[in-house]
Amino acid sequence: MNIAALFNDRHYRWFAWGAVVLVLLALPFITEAVLGRSWVRIIAVSLLFVMLALGLNIVVGFAGLLDLGYIAFFAVGAYSYALLASPQFAVHWPFLLLLPLGAAIAAVFGILLGAPTLRLRGDYLAIVTLGFGEIIRVFLNNLNRPVNITNGPQGITLIDPLQMGGFSLAQTHSFAGLTFSPVHNYYFVFLVCAALTIALSLRLQNSRIGRAWVAIRDDELAASAMGINTRNVKLLAFAMGATFGGVAGGLFASFQGFISPESFQLIDSIMVLCMVVLGGMGNVAGVALGAVLLTALPEALRYIGPLQQRWFGGVLVDPADLRMLLFGLALVLMMLLRPEGLWPVRRRQAGKGNADAG
Amino acid sequence: MDIFAQQLINGLVLGSIYALVALGYTMVYGILGLINFAHGDITMIGALVALTILQGLAAAGLPAPVLLVIAGGGAMIVCAALGLSIERVAYRPLRRAPRLAPLITAIGVSILLQYSAALVWGKQYIALPKLLEPSAIDIAGAQLTTLQLAIFLLACAIMAALLWFIKTSRMGRAMRATEQNPDVAGLMGVNTNSVIAFTFVLGSAIGAIAGLMIILYYGIGHYFMGFMLGLKAFTAAVLGGIGNVGGAVLGGLLLGVIESLASGYIGDLSGGVLGSNYRDIFAFLVLVLVLVLRPSGLLGQQNGDRA
Amino acid sequence: MHKHPIRSLAVALTAALLVAACGQEAPPTAPKAEAPKAPEVLTVKIGSASPLTGPQAHIGIDIRNGVQLAIEDANAANVEIAGKKVKFEMVAEDDEANPTKATTVAQKLVDAKVVAVIGHFNSGASIPASKIYSDAGIPQISPSSTNPKYTEQGFKTTFRVVAHDGQQGPTLARFAAKTLQSKSVAVIDDSTAYGQGLADNFEATAKSLGIKVLAREHTTDKDTDFKAILTRIKGKKPDLIMFGGIDPQAAPMIKQMKDLGIQAKFIGGDGMQTPNFIKLAGDASEGAMASIPGLPKDQMPGGKTFLDKYKTKFNQEVELFAPMGYDSVMVFIEAMKRAGSSDPAKFLPEVGKTTYNGVIGPIAFDDKGDLKNGPITLYVVKGGKWEPLETVKPETGAGTAPAAAPAPAQETAKK
Repeated sequence: MNIAALFNDRHYRWFAWGAVVLVLLALPFITEAVLGRSWVRIIAVSLLFVMLALGLNIVVGFAGLLDLGYIAFFAVGAYSYALLASPQFAVHWPFLLLLPLGAAIAAVFGILLGAPTLRLRGDYLAIVTLGFGEIIRVFLNNLNRPVNITNGPQGITLIDPLQMGGFSLAQTHSFAGLTFSPVHNYYFVFLVCAALTIALSLRLQNSRIGRAWVAIRDDELAASAMGINTRNVKLLAFAMGATFGGVAGGLFASFQGFISPESFQLIDSIMVLCMVVLGGMGNVAGVALGAVLLTALPEALRYIGPLQQRWFGGVLVDPADLRMLLFGLALVLMMLLRPEGLWPVRRRQAGKGNADAG
Repeated sequence: MDIFAQQLINGLVLGSIYALVALGYTMVYGILGLINFAHGDITMIGALVALTILQGLAAAGLPAPVLLVIAGGGAMIVCAALGLSIERVAYRPLRRAPRLAPLITAIGVSILLQYSAALVWGKQYIALPKLLEPSAIDIAGAQLTTLQLAIFLLACAIMAALLWFIKTSRMGRAMRATEQNPDVAGLMGVNTNSVIAFTFVLGSAIGAIAGLMIILYYGIGHYFMGFMLGLKAFTAAVLGGIGNVGGAVLGGLLLGVIESLASGYIGDLSGGVLGSNYRDIFAFLVLVLVLVLRPSGLLGQQNGDRA
Repeated sequence: MHKHPIRSLAVALTAALLVAACGQEAPPTAPKAEAPKAPEVLTVKIGSASPLTGPQAHIGIDIRNGVQLAIEDANAANVEIAGKKVKFEMVAEDDEANPTKATTVAQKLVDAKVVAVIGHFNSGASIPASKIYSDAGIPQISPSSTNPKYTEQGFKTTFRVVAHDGQQGPTLARFAAKTLQSKSVAVIDDSTAYGQGLADNFEATAKSLGIKVLAREHTTDKDTDFKAILTRIKGKKPDLIMFGGIDPQAAPMIKQMKDLGIQAKFIGGDGMQTPNFIKLAGDASEGAMASIPGLPKDQMPGGKTFLDKYKTKFNQEVELFAPMGYDSVMVFIEAMKRAGSSDPAKFLPEVGKTTYNGVIGPIAFDDKGDLKNGPITLYVVKGGKWEPLETVKPETGAGTAPAAAPAPAQETAKK
């Protein structure tokens, strides 16, 4: 009955993980057959958001620093990639170089944000990070004059896809009787990256640094009394979180082939925060779940239009409005029913993982 | 000089509207430690209700002041009821929940309000019927319309009344007590639930007046107008020191003036490299600067250990 | 009780999938009509993609309404393609003006087997979506995206029926120099791809014609307070203010100009040449000027009928791009008729060869898919109405194109 036990059982563990991997590998093909290719795209995008949400989770969930401008790092990663792999400056660097570079630049921005805000707490930090997100967006929107760098609101087109040699993910490939459309290709790349992000998050959580973050979150004063260098540890949280966002941004730019400042608005930061909190702040699996759920839910709610037609024989409420109303309602209800998040972090898990399973 | 005076007037009028909305944020934050993200949208509802009343009664031939009182009153009642029910349904059950949980419900409520408004009023921009012809007063070469003057004076009056109310009245004392420590206030015989509910009602009603002012000032209503406004007002509240009523007033006025002067003078000061497109950046930079020097805002309590 | 996160996860996911699965059953019924057994009625799906929620919803809905009206008119006109009666169906999706959602919506439309798409509204949505339509071989006409790059990606499937920024801006500037005799101007844009593109092109031409650009200001498409930038402009005393942006900003802007006692004339592009501008600005709109590509609507074969029909059906004035949405559908249907097929692979080449006299004026595409230089008409607000001022014929010798073909336009003639 208890599925989780399967993964802990020594004999079945490999079997259980094998099944998970198999399902994930088959997922895009099954989805395409059942729900259509648009859902493969939705799942792929949700994996991007898993990476973003886990990055923000480091800042908000682990270190307890409320960040309302997280999408800025996504933007920085995306623009780093786009500027160096598009006709904008007529340079086309390989992605193997650009993705780490984007991550590094994002990390620098993370520190830039973190440094002046070290003394701030709670909601004061929230508004400064919010401002930071807006500042980045406004700059991206306006750095087309006097010198054109970002091409302003018109955005950057014809961004290179992930490619190596003659093999490009933007083309359809056939392999072993299966068709890999660009969406499928990117799904697998995103899957690997998301898996790496999850693994890294789990390792970080149980590391010295992870424990230091939690200590700061729970009581900063006590943490510094225990000899934790709160400044460095906080900056590290911002930098690590930004790194995840930067990589996701680079992947996003290559996936979309076009970016403009419209993709990096405050509302996007808020949505990523919702994923973290709603999934279960601090719990890696919960946050990943939140990301998938909040990406898929609005898309699933698109079917409400036809359903309304079928059930009530007419359009009572504009389906587009109804969709947003239901989404808002879902946010409220989920939080009221599970204030700790859908899959909260277990209390007192720090020492031994299985202290109180019952 | 006349240009500078004009920019100052622009900024103060805009700022007084920010300040009124910021009051709603700051009162709720002071008592609950909650960023009520839905407050901007409550103001939006207030604006649209007032607009509808004005549209409906425009043909009735009532004198303008009577019309405005009816519209303002109607908007205040609707918003107060809205604030009360939102607190009851979406925030009260989460009072002991983790700190960020009500933030998410606030965002949910904000979406609900927006799209409920879209259902009622549609998604088009709505125009205000022509009511009164504000005349302009010339002050040192700057234009000040009677409407601007009225908005500014009314906002100041409301803010002064609120400060006085919190300082002297019984309810005001209860509010301050709840703000400092809800548990102890409860032990002292303060009904904290009704104090919190009252705070929401008061903040929402003030928001409704701000909504009416915006409708009169700009003449346009739209179901999405609450978002930007809420953001600006929230910024103003933090600038002044969130939780502090006087701070919200100061922050709002300051933000309005900063925006005005930034739009007007960045271009000249930077030799044309930067322009009015950097207005928002400038506002946020001032905010960051203030917070770096005074981490709890201009008038916030210095030990603000409310993380 | 709630100790099993897995279980709640399962419940949540099942619920989501259930909703998804339920909805999925609906579409497959429609294509069945295409089966050879069906009684000679061919169902053809046309996609409409625009923001139906969010701050720009009013414009997105306007586009969808235009498409819907065109499809109803076409169905009423009993269009036949290759001897078969055709029933057109609209599939409208909400892209939330969000580039990421736009690509999802594009894929959804492709999955739903639409043969053509009218969309998207924002260039930021049209561009990433265009790749998906191109991969699927489905033609796309954007009714409103003005970013030049949209048609410069090398896709055969991208078209637009809106003048791009390089066409309207210079015309406005020439009008300012010659007809208005302006000597100095202040230029404002709304920091969007549309507004900035228009303003940039205006500014460049204005400078070359010897008009002094005294100030270049920026606002955003969410602002309603422009007093600060207007005050700055007032200090520079230009005799003309040009705004690149749309009516929800243009209307309060002109009102605030009057409040501040600015005497300069006010001019803008098609984004503010709307009935709503006059409604929102009231008396202040008097004397404002704006250009819009095409001939004056009442001179167009179907223009007046279109506006009337729109008003009766949706109980509101045309916002902005409904006529473009309407014409886009007609362009597709004409192409299908000429090709004798509703298969995108067959009628796509015909779309490029379009010469059609639509509600917005003569429509023809150049080899990139841009609207060929057509006439641009300047309007002025007089007595609470947009009155045509003058029509500027294209400068580049292509003046013969619009004069051609009085075009049958039977759909619009029919009630």
